[in-house]
Amino acid sequence: MATPTMDKLAALEADNGSHLITVTFRIRRFNPEISEEATWEDFQLEIDPKERVLDGLHKIKWEMDGSLTFRRSCAHGICGSDAMRINGKNRLACKTLIKDINPSKPITIEAIKGLTVQKDLVVDMEPFFQAYRDVMPFLITKGNEPTRERLQSPEDRERFDDTTKCILCAACTSSCPVFWNDGQYFGPAAIVNAHRFIFDSRDEAGEQRLEILNDKDGVWRCRTTFNCTDACPRGIEVTKAIQEVKRALITRRF
Amino acid sequence: MSAETSSAAAIGEVEGVSLYDTDHPAPLIEAPRKRTKKTPKSTRTNFELYGWLFMRLSGIVLVVLVLGHLLIQLVLDGGVSKIGFAFVAGRWASPFWQIWDLTMLWLAMLHGANGLRTVINDYAQRDNTRFWLKMLLYTATVFTVLLGTLVIFTFDPNIR
Repeated sequence: MATPTMDKLAALEADNGSHLITVTFRIRRFNPEISEEATWEDFQLEIDPKERVLDGLHKIKWEMDGSLTFRRSCAHGICGSDAMRINGKNRLACKTLIKDINPSKPITIEAIKGLTVQKDLVVDMEPFFQAYRDVMPFLITKGNEPTRERLQSPEDRERFDDTTKCILCAACTSSCPVFWNDGQYFGPAAIVNAHRFIFDSRDEAGEQRLEILNDKDGVWRCRTTFNCTDACPRGIEVTKAIQEVKRALITRRF
Repeated sequence: MSAETSSAAAIGEVEGVSLYDTDHPAPLIEAPRKRTKKTPKSTRTNFELYGWLFMRLSGIVLVVLVLGHLLIQLVLDGGVSKIGFAFVAGRWASPFWQIWDLTMLWLAMLHGANGLRTVINDYAQRDNTRFWLKMLLYTATVFTVLLGTLVIFTFDPNIR
């Protein structure tokens, strides 16, 4: 059954007698019912390095400390619930393998930044969704509804394909230094979702959305630090999308 | 922010009685994006667009102007040692250099001021700090630009 790599791994396991390794999870805990201070807490666990950070968190919650609080739904990188700051980088806990993040050192896990921490790794996502709603992320058309579906050529679909992949996990927005400082900035996620409709040939409210993003807290606040592109677990070219919106605004004016 | 690492066990093992419990939770640190009455309304102007575009365009022009300026002042014809009252007077006798210096002054000052405005917007945390830093910046900019313009146009080579 096995590939050479797997044979090697199997041999290694036979040597050690076990494939488990000991990992330290250093988690930033906050519980407003106990203290106003957030503190780091270490957990040591035996885990298969091919497992994910989320599996480690489950192990802690189910077997060691049930008070550990975090969000997750699908656990397979689709729902976008478990974005967190792992070793200082925003990632999805369910898409990060232990072996990929240097398990010989303690793995630090914090809540994403720039949003109110409610408990442990759970933040208030409302400001994030507020910005998302502000860009009107739904199809807007004029005139009568057609009797058939709205047709679109593959090229027209390709134009905004990248930005349809967003799962609203907030990894990009909460990695943006401008969002940390000036919370009125729409943030990369909202702009990505505006981009998805601005460049959709079937949509007719692109002008309105551009007008919203032309505001002083819109796309012009972007400093192109590329934190968002690095953070996106779906590999969306976020900064490129923001720049495309800027270009659309400029070419519209001149 | 405390960064101490507690070993195992639960957090919050503070000496004495904890101030907080289920009915009296600790205050949360509010996110900056919370909408309040004080949140400024959207402006619906193109100011930021023009500001952004100005930075790009003036930047390109400034590369030519500043590098040319540095080359003439510091490298060509004996370098920095040649600069004196007579050298400046000679250059400003020609309208070409007057316009060169005037453009450079205005573009560099506005470019720098706009950049600093962005930095202040990014880093000043309180509204008051932000307002006063920007006022200081605008005052300094206007003063420097006006003074420089005045000097370029009213320069008198026969002053003694």
